[in-house]
Amino acid sequence: MVTGRIHSIETFGAVDGPGLRYIVFMQGCSLRCLYCHNADTWKMKSGKEITVQEIIDEVLDYMPFFEASSGGITVSGGEALLQIDFLIELFKECKRHGIHTTIDTSGGPFSRRPNYLNKLDELLEYTDLILLDLKHIDSEKHKLLTGMHNEHILDFATYLSDKKIPVWIRHVLVPTISDFDEDLYRLAEFIQTLDNVEKVEVLPYHQLGVYKWENLGLEYKLKNVDSPTQERIKNAEKILGAS
Amino acid sequence: MKQWEGFKPGKWQEKVDVRDFILKNVTPYEGDESFLEGPTEATTNLWEQVMELNKKEREAGGILDADTKVVSTITSHGPGYLNKELEQIVGFQTDKPFKRSLMPFGGIRMAKQALEAYGFELDPEVEHIFTEWRKTHNQGVFDAYTPEMRRARSAGVITGLPDAYGRGRIIGDYRRVALYGVDFLIRQKEEDKNYIGSRTMTPDIIRDREEHSEQIRALHELKQMAASYGFDISEPASNAKEAIQWLYFGYLAAIKEQNGAAMSLGRVSTFLDIYIERDLKNGTLTEKEAQELVDHFVMKLRLVKFARTPEYNELYSGDPTWVTESIGGMALDGRTLVTKNSFRFLNTLDNLGPAPEPNLTILWSTKLPEGFKKYAAKMSIKSSAIQYENDDLMRDIYGDDYGIACCVSAMRIGKQMQFFGARVNVAKALLYAINGGVDEMKKVQVGPKFAPITSEYLDYEEVVDKFEAMLDWLCELYVNTLNVIHYMHDKYAYERIEMALHDREVLRTMACGIAGLSVAADSLSAIKHAKVKTIRDENGIVVDYEVEGDFPKYGNNDDRVDEIAVNIVKKVMKNIRKHQTYRNAVPTQSVLTITSNVVYGKKTGNTPDGREAGKPFAPGANPMHGRDTKGALASLTSVAKLPYEDSLDGISNTFTITPKAIGRDDEAQVNNLVGMLDGYMTKEGHHLNVNVLNRDTLLDAMDHPELYPQLTIRVSGYAVNFIKLTREQQIDVINRTFHQSM
Repeated sequence: MVTGRIHSIETFGAVDGPGLRYIVFMQGCSLRCLYCHNADTWKMKSGKEITVQEIIDEVLDYMPFFEASSGGITVSGGEALLQIDFLIELFKECKRHGIHTTIDTSGGPFSRRPNYLNKLDELLEYTDLILLDLKHIDSEKHKLLTGMHNEHILDFATYLSDKKIPVWIRHVLVPTISDFDEDLYRLAEFIQTLDNVEKVEVLPYHQLGVYKWENLGLEYKLKNVDSPTQERIKNAEKILGAS
Repeated sequence: MKQWEGFKPGKWQEKVDVRDFILKNVTPYEGDESFLEGPTEATTNLWEQVMELNKKEREAGGILDADTKVVSTITSHGPGYLNKELEQIVGFQTDKPFKRSLMPFGGIRMAKQALEAYGFELDPEVEHIFTEWRKTHNQGVFDAYTPEMRRARSAGVITGLPDAYGRGRIIGDYRRVALYGVDFLIRQKEEDKNYIGSRTMTPDIIRDREEHSEQIRALHELKQMAASYGFDISEPASNAKEAIQWLYFGYLAAIKEQNGAAMSLGRVSTFLDIYIERDLKNGTLTEKEAQELVDHFVMKLRLVKFARTPEYNELYSGDPTWVTESIGGMALDGRTLVTKNSFRFLNTLDNLGPAPEPNLTILWSTKLPEGFKKYAAKMSIKSSAIQYENDDLMRDIYGDDYGIACCVSAMRIGKQMQFFGARVNVAKALLYAINGGVDEMKKVQVGPKFAPITSEYLDYEEVVDKFEAMLDWLCELYVNTLNVIHYMHDKYAYERIEMALHDREVLRTMACGIAGLSVAADSLSAIKHAKVKTIRDENGIVVDYEVEGDFPKYGNNDDRVDEIAVNIVKKVMKNIRKHQTYRNAVPTQSVLTITSNVVYGKKTGNTPDGREAGKPFAPGANPMHGRDTKGALASLTSVAKLPYEDSLDGISNTFTITPKAIGRDDEAQVNNLVGMLDGYMTKEGHHLNVNVLNRDTLLDAMDHPELYPQLTIRVSGYAVNFIKLTREQQIDVINRTFHQSM
């Protein structure tokens, strides 16, 4: 059986998809976002191995909660799509048991290579919802923020739109980095081109994960950046069409 | 009878049967809260007056005024008012609000100490009477206690016993006063008494006859008390306002005579809805007026006060009275018992702002109407003042006209009562097992002199064997101690008005309980799954433990330890059931600490789970704070495994979450809380306190109490005004697990 490498489990996720959700935080990420609040999920080799069955057994135990709240399972990270083989097995099992499945991803690993698309298509068959983080619309600024350009991520969004996979777009609002009206309007324009977007969420930047950087001996570069004001949050929500 | 016009007839007209009246006349409500009305001007004015008095009481150090001379009885005090012109519902325990009454029947020393602690002096004549001439409950108990009972009590292996305060947890069926009027009830009681007299005069029957005489006397006094407010309650109430007033007089009589730890109200809101519906239909009442009646009634319930000692406050912190009102639930015929009045009661949290009392308890069924589920969840998120108990679980056992006494104790209204038994400390019992009955703090022999464990490392099988033997001893001593207490309570501080509002034959339960469950379970898990080394003092008594390696902890949905917890519960219940109880009470058990988890912890040494001596236990059935690391559902699922059939007196769980962690917007938050409650009840969890708040708010309230006069938080089985907790209790609350997300 395929095993996955996970960072941790949260049994009571109430903010990552609809209803109450079992959140699997996968280990490993290819982005290096300056504001990452889970920097301890970056390294590919850390974390612990887990089987699909172990997860399914637990999730089934919590089904009354998920059924009553129209929730399910969300695989987050780290970067969920880096362990696509594991996800396919996991979601296949979930669907067998009628569990609502969600992926929380930055889209970073996406490519149009046929091999990859084959796998992705199979995964999407078992996926009910994708929470897609669009971190910056401007590719250069995206690179400064995450270490990677964004063309393939936007392409991923378009791919999902073409395949009519329901998506919630999420944008982390970071003052001085991803909170300029001009960029927000461009992002809104891009979102307009997609016809699979069920919801747009603006996530206000916070510093709750800073201690993890310190624990890892890393320098946190956004130390002097505060959380956005209520006014700026409202502004972004308005521009991006978030409710 | 003209007062019953418009009601559907039934057998309730022939003899006392409130349930039949409710089921025949209830109007279930499946809608949402949009019909609700805000406060009237009178309500707002009265509440401002209350808040002003609250402030004065706080500034006075906790008690504003107290009677030092007049012993409180049903008729002892003349009428008292907040503002006679504005009050729709009247009546206070003494001649004015915020003046605490003098209740020496439980124990004169307690009454005296309670007064002295707040700078009042007990009238010497009263002291003389209750020392020289009139024996009290407290004195009776200590006359009969054995030395062993005293030792166990003082070491804290059995604690919180109602031997120096009123036992409470008896719910009079106050609805009967409204539905039948007092004369009807007196007639019925006289018939009952005659019936009892027709049998042989055994001690039981003599007691029963004497009690019935007392009940009848109390009912006459109830009429007198109402008359002093200008009401004749010998006949049934004829409209909603009278129904609330009559019912409240019944309750008021009870709290004028008893300062029981929990003076619960029962299940009145849906009953009262029937009167309100009739008046609304007749056009004699508007929704605004109906809400005003409820607001004013609830305001009275918020002002129930007792004089208590600092030691008592340490056990049950924050001045609680447990005016528990049970709301909602389903009828056995499948209809819901949610009515518009269920909403009106919750709406008082908006109209008057949040408050700990009355202790609003939702009888939650997964089948409750969605509109009510959502409204309850919304008010919970807003106020942190509501608790939830599993109607689907309890209805099977108690039917559909039960209520909750105190925190989690279900009982059929007017048909069942309990002998409240506080709790034994199972964590300490485990330490006694290791040390052969020697108390690890006091270093004296408290338990039986069993052979102690002498090995350096603890062996699981050996510890379990000894632990079970120690529980055997403890449970026997415990039940016998309770027998003494309740014999004396019946004799010297009998609850005559509350029992007058019961049937002739009542089912009595002996409500035992345990504290320290998570500590004991984690300790046994450490011994089983890790290596636990003993550290001994110079006399060989184990005083500390070193845990080598990790072990599964209760609260993570891990059967390896959750089963240990389940077995402790089962084992204690099995042992309790072995023993003869006073008045043949049916033994039950609760897993509930109230706030005494702090005191119990203080009296318990280092435990093998790594908990340090003196540190608080987790409250009730909660996992130890910080040890439930897999999120809330894992924690809830662990607690839900505890068997209700072996803890029929309730399993208390307190859940605290930050607003952000329960959902991104209001709609999601409500949906998620409803889902969580439905899920927990489906998993057969029994009780859940829900707090939705930030730790920062509590920290700020500690520093600036004046800014948070109404900040309410649920602890184990009740709600408190956070700023009224002792500092120690505040810190304990803040240290507990706050489920949050990033």
